[in-house]
Amino acid sequence: MTETTEAVSVKTHRATPQRRGTSPTGGSPRTRRGRDRALRRATPWLFLLAPLALLITFTYVPVGNMIYYSFTDWDGISPDRNFTGVDNYVQIFTRPEIFRVFFVSFYYLGASVVQIAVALYFATVLSFDLRFRNLFKGLLFFPYLINGVAIGFVFLYFFQDGGTLDTVLSWFGQHPDHAWLGDPTSANTSLAGVSVWRYTGLNFVLFLGAIQSIPGELYEAAQLDGATRWEQFRYIIAPSIRPVLSLSVILAISGSLAVFEIPWIMTGGATGTSTFVIQTVKLAFQFNKTGLASAAAVVLLLIILLITWIQRRLVPDEKVDLV
Amino acid sequence: MTTAPQTAATKTAGRSRTVPGPRRVRPRGRIGQTLVYVSLVAASLVVLLPLAVVFLTSLKTSSEATDGGALSLPGNWLNFDNYATAFSDGRMLTAFGNTLFILLFSITGTVLIGSMTAYAIDRFDFRAKKLVMALFLVATLVPGVTTQVATFQVVNSFGLFDTRWAPILLYMGTDIVSIYIFLQFIRGIPVSLDEAARLDGANSFTIYRKIIFPLLKPAIATVVIIKGITVYNDFYIPFLYMPSQELGTVSTALFRFKGPFGAHWENISAGAVLVIVPTLVVFLFLQRYIYNGFAQGATK
Repeated sequence: MTETTEAVSVKTHRATPQRRGTSPTGGSPRTRRGRDRALRRATPWLFLLAPLALLITFTYVPVGNMIYYSFTDWDGISPDRNFTGVDNYVQIFTRPEIFRVFFVSFYYLGASVVQIAVALYFATVLSFDLRFRNLFKGLLFFPYLINGVAIGFVFLYFFQDGGTLDTVLSWFGQHPDHAWLGDPTSANTSLAGVSVWRYTGLNFVLFLGAIQSIPGELYEAAQLDGATRWEQFRYIIAPSIRPVLSLSVILAISGSLAVFEIPWIMTGGATGTSTFVIQTVKLAFQFNKTGLASAAAVVLLLIILLITWIQRRLVPDEKVDLV
Repeated sequence: MTTAPQTAATKTAGRSRTVPGPRRVRPRGRIGQTLVYVSLVAASLVVLLPLAVVFLTSLKTSSEATDGGALSLPGNWLNFDNYATAFSDGRMLTAFGNTLFILLFSITGTVLIGSMTAYAIDRFDFRAKKLVMALFLVATLVPGVTTQVATFQVVNSFGLFDTRWAPILLYMGTDIVSIYIFLQFIRGIPVSLDEAARLDGANSFTIYRKIIFPLLKPAIATVVIIKGITVYNDFYIPFLYMPSQELGTVSTALFRFKGPFGAHWENISAGAVLVIVPTLVVFLFLQRYIYNGFAQGATK
């Protein structure tokens, strides 16, 4: 971060004196070339000025501050804060009620497994020529586009006592008389189910895109060789969607650690459905424990960076080279 | 000037070509095919049922909603009273206005910033280029939800808390996905165009404005769609940064239905339908771009 700002200032410094030097005379060919070169050198920075300023202000400064706050007992308002060392981190790992929320992530992790499997199945099925193909594709994808608050309300009604789910179950002679969002296990399972409903569409479209980019000749050749459908899936489809699959797994893991919207809207984190992000938001903005909340956020950030790093190690992705 | 639009054209043509892949491979056996259709219909029902019920509920009167079953039909299919209530008591009109305002500025900003960054990175050689790239790349790994604790303090120190500029700046400043979409696209625009213009005496800014930016249109369309839907649906940022009632966006205004309307599910449902309908309309009209856009956005 500091390096770039330095680089920026170095560049502009270098550019200005030369420009100033040339202006009064109008310039001999040599100075003009020097001025042009300086201007050319400064040009990319002129274009990058606003983007970098925003990037640094809203991503790197907060990350830096967050790490700093995490070592203090700041409440977010008062001017004085005390340096408390690693006390916040010790609290996170030793106070069970703070650490416990991590286990809620497992519900969502399980949900992502279901989600990826379902998406993979429908992507494979719909890559073949079917009637109403586009209709089914649209239906499966649409939930991903819906506003999260609307989804939360739709499913609050769905899980309500005597609501949609209970009514449908009663058609099949089932009469479960417990509130779906009433106890931690059932509530978390229900919320994770909502997350499957919401996000399967994205995975599905990603997989479908990858499968459809496989040249058709491959299947024809495989068919000529007498490959079964399973063999086609195993040896043609599966290898070609591996990059997208690994990406989905990473998104699923980091996503299940950072769940916020659905439980916040539907239960507000009650009955054991609080997630790590909900807890952090509550610590920071309801209990004014900015220091502790920052430490929690740093822990989450480190975990997500670690997971991403592991993934990059395991699956060297050719898409990473951007320059 | 001819090459770039051509590549763009072939690209879209390639995309729209109907189902490549195992087209001629017919699922074997009637039973297999029937099972496939059964699974598809089942999935469609799972998607549609919760939404359909909310739509039905939004047309019911208060007593119908409380006494009747969830799947009962409304007595009067043209009962739009709940929608009127959602607009008048739920402040949905203000909410749509605020969302539109934020959309307008943050999308314009994102397009400008993304295309400028992509232009600078792809068309210039400068020291620290690798470093700048790394800064943008690493930022994609930092999940926005985690840093809000500290971002809040930054926004607050600018005096932007509880103004519409807080979300606008945050949406503009933290969107790295769109930079990648522009970067990918700008590589397909031949550098010879820039060079020709430069020989004609155009400076870098003119080249960006007159040549690069117009040729980026397909990428701009993608970014506008993805960004538009993401901003429209975002709840977290307006919820944190704009607590005032009159600054409600579509998401936060709908969220506030929970309190005053309590158990009035017919009103809450009407609000939810109001929020979903614009998305549905956009989706129906721009389907193809949306699939491509989100696929591109997620893999970057």
